[in-house]
Amino acid sequence: MNMTPALLLAGLAVLLALGSSAVSLLASRDPSVLRRVAMPLIGLSGLAALAAGLWALIAGGDISTTLPFGLPWMPWQVRLDALSGFFLMTIGLVVCAVGIYGPSYVRGFEHGRESLTALGGFTGLFLAGMLLVVLANDAFLFMVAWELMSLSSYFLVAFQHENAANRRAAFLYLLMAHVGGLTILLGFGVLSGFGHSFAFDAMREAILSPGWASVAFALAFVGFGMKAGLVPLHAWLPEAHPVAPSHISALMSGVMLKVAVYGFIRVVFDLIGQVQWQWGVTLMVIGSLSALVGVLFALMQTDLKRLLAYSSVENLGIIFIALGLALVFLSTGHALLGALAFVAALYHVINHALFKSLLFLGAGAILHSSHERDLEQMGGLLRRMPWTGAFFLIGCLSISALPPFNGFVSEWLIFQSALQAWQLESGVLRSLIPIASAVLALTGALVAATFVKVYGVAFLGQARSRHVRHARQGTFGMRAGQGFLAGLCVLFGVLPTQVIMLIDGVSVQILGTGLPQASAHGWLWLTPISSETASYSAPLTILLLTLVAGFAFWWFLRGVPRRIRRSDPWDCGFAPPTPGMQYTATAFAQPIRRVFGPLFEIDEARPAHADGEPRYRLKLTDRTWGLLYLPVARAVESASRRVVRLQSGNVRTYLGWTLATLLVLLWIIS
Amino acid sequence: MIIVTWLIAFIQALLIAALAPLLIGWVRKVKAWLQNRRGPSLLQPYADLRKLLVKEIRVPHTASPLFRASPYIVFVAIWLAAATIPLVALDLPTSRIADIIVLVGLLALARFFLALAGMDAGTAFGGMGASREMLISALAEPAMLVAVFTLAMTAHSTSLVSVIDHHLTDGFLLRPSYLFALGALLLVALAECGRIPVDNPATHLELTMIHEAMLLEYAGRHLALMEWAAWIKLLLYGVIIANLFFPWGVAQDFSPLALGLGLAAVLFKLMILGAVLAVSETALAKMRLFRVPAFLNLALLLALLGLLSHVILEVGA
Repeated sequence: MNMTPALLLAGLAVLLALGSSAVSLLASRDPSVLRRVAMPLIGLSGLAALAAGLWALIAGGDISTTLPFGLPWMPWQVRLDALSGFFLMTIGLVVCAVGIYGPSYVRGFEHGRESLTALGGFTGLFLAGMLLVVLANDAFLFMVAWELMSLSSYFLVAFQHENAANRRAAFLYLLMAHVGGLTILLGFGVLSGFGHSFAFDAMREAILSPGWASVAFALAFVGFGMKAGLVPLHAWLPEAHPVAPSHISALMSGVMLKVAVYGFIRVVFDLIGQVQWQWGVTLMVIGSLSALVGVLFALMQTDLKRLLAYSSVENLGIIFIALGLALVFLSTGHALLGALAFVAALYHVINHALFKSLLFLGAGAILHSSHERDLEQMGGLLRRMPWTGAFFLIGCLSISALPPFNGFVSEWLIFQSALQAWQLESGVLRSLIPIASAVLALTGALVAATFVKVYGVAFLGQARSRHVRHARQGTFGMRAGQGFLAGLCVLFGVLPTQVIMLIDGVSVQILGTGLPQASAHGWLWLTPISSETASYSAPLTILLLTLVAGFAFWWFLRGVPRRIRRSDPWDCGFAPPTPGMQYTATAFAQPIRRVFGPLFEIDEARPAHADGEPRYRLKLTDRTWGLLYLPVARAVESASRRVVRLQSGNVRTYLGWTLATLLVLLWIIS
Repeated sequence: MIIVTWLIAFIQALLIAALAPLLIGWVRKVKAWLQNRRGPSLLQPYADLRKLLVKEIRVPHTASPLFRASPYIVFVAIWLAAATIPLVALDLPTSRIADIIVLVGLLALARFFLALAGMDAGTAFGGMGASREMLISALAEPAMLVAVFTLAMTAHSTSLVSVIDHHLTDGFLLRPSYLFALGALLLVALAECGRIPVDNPATHLELTMIHEAMLLEYAGRHLALMEWAAWIKLLLYGVIIANLFFPWGVAQDFSPLALGLGLAAVLFKLMILGAVLAVSETALAKMRLFRVPAFLNLALLLALLGLLSHVILEVGA
């Protein structure tokens, strides 16, 4: 099939995103431009990206072209293949929803002090950056687009910059993004040293020695892992993602982290090519650690958006576990199993994009109507905001990996590939992989606990504060944006075979193997390896669920008069329960906090107070701060104190240093 | 033929729902005997269900629509999970819908709604029950999955039918991994079904309840469905343990003789398991909540030992 229209559509998506940015910047006088023109343009850009991605996936070829930009000897090249197409589709789906949701959400900022010009301008640039990263076919354009994405998202994080905590979060983000960007650049440097060019095509052809390949892998893993928020390089993520406006948080958590996964897959699976099993083990260990630490910290949070950000760490960990499995299987010659794990990883990529964006948009809707992010103040929102409540429930069920929703399918696929570990020769790997899957199982159960807490505390029970009690339903646009994503969560859960057939093209292109068996038993049955090994039939499950439920309803209602009496809840014979008697989010997490206590740095106290009222203080700190970040920060500070001695303020001294440096450099290269 | 197999599957699903109260009645009866009581009739749980089904439903003022939908969702999810396990016969079409991971997923779905329903009325008890239930499940689920992974890796399949089939054709091999997995699954089953020593199904002492705390606001038909679902869950775990580790007697074809034999075999096995449960509940006392993690860590440890002894000792052997 002809791929040219797909590339044109992708180009259109980039132009629309840039156009949206330009419109906001030009019409900075009128605050309503963002809502009326710029946000719809973002939505259209998402639609174009979605169409381009789908086209590329279905057509299944690749097309590349050279752009008339860039340096004279290094023109920018773009390429659209199945892998780029898949990520374009992911970006497109989320951006469409944000485009529907955004106009009503940004209306809330129109009377605020923050600059809407900055919001609109950088949103467009951010989107254009992400699209270009996915399309780039040489390291130069890739890095330019990557920095465009990082820098513009920095300004979005710093959007509400009057709050000092937000400025601090944004600075930390900028710092980490640049350290990550630097290691990615070095990784490309290694690859281009062997390929003698910055073009991806040349890098793909280059043959690396195993040592250098490992260096390139390590650099890429650190760089992209930092952007993806893997433990222990995750500290910026729960700071930065929640402070951006909610639709931007959805884009950052739902999409930008996926762009990091794209970069990792592109470099390791596609450009380096010759994979080693040790890499897979590294990925599995780091992924398991991220999944477990991410979910435990998510469970402890009381700030809804921060909780969701920590949960992104966990989900990225799951994706990297699957990628690690793929690397192990590929490097030991089990191409089919590698393809299974790879497809599972990609499936989880799109699932996480869908449900995490949905949950962030839901959190945004709550924030919009009640100005509240703290779970301890919420309660009973299901009755105040029934639509948001219903969609949020779908998001919670999906992220908790419950059938028949989408999160379950990808976790099921990961378990299936992990259970094929018996085919490996090495006893170490055979025992390591099941332990990783045990961590995955523990993570899954803790995620369910987390989202029972979120939904139970925020949407059920009674309101814990006055402004939450008077929360209003969001506008139609906001509900439609969430409904779109919720519908997709159900669809991706109910039709797994079709989605896998779509993703299969990526696996065929990158790994050379697909999953021919996945749909061999018709569209109803998902049988990744063979029907004897495992089968899962989500459409049939959901059909049976509804049939049995309907039958049960009919049977129980038959002849029995519908008598439902409302009464007070059980109060032990004392005063009727008040909202303050409900379990709080902190109380809900207390047993798990106690069981996993050694992992956290807990500061728990009942400080005495002059008025004699009992008080409770609880502060949880991430241990990585003390173990990793603070020592590094101290080292940098003491190093800079030493460098300060060079700073005499005398121009002649500076010139002397410059001359000396030049001489040393000349001596080195001659 | 397809119609016949679907019919058998449907009858089996009905049979599971019908047998669940009987198992509970049996456990209670044996416990009563052990305590030198005569105890209520074996059929008492049926009478309880009937009474609850026709009684008036009471719903707290503070409850949302989710409170009224949850009993149906919980019941359907657990029943569906139970319908996919081979009770009497192997290789029924319903078994292909879900493998063991999907089964665990369906049980998790039911638990999710049970916990949410507990929190919905906005009382302290509901939240307490939900919080404790999620703690226990968070520790029990990995142990459960790792234990079944051991079996799945032996049979190279996560389908329950294939695992049992493998076990039957393989002959009786005393594998150490099976013993570890059996130990782990027994502990997990006690925790997941809310039995002593993890939870006491007979208590209404506020500070110790877990499962009952979540059901405290339910009445009438809703309560009947929730209780029934919990009983089906107990039966489900019983059947899994009975048929995975002691698969003899399961019908491998659909002849009336084989089916009848399969039914008799599974009833016998469940009777033994129920008696064992009653004895252990009589002999043990309920633990403090914060002793439960140690109990479940033991289950996880057993499961991991089973898995490791499988991949190290048994693969290739």
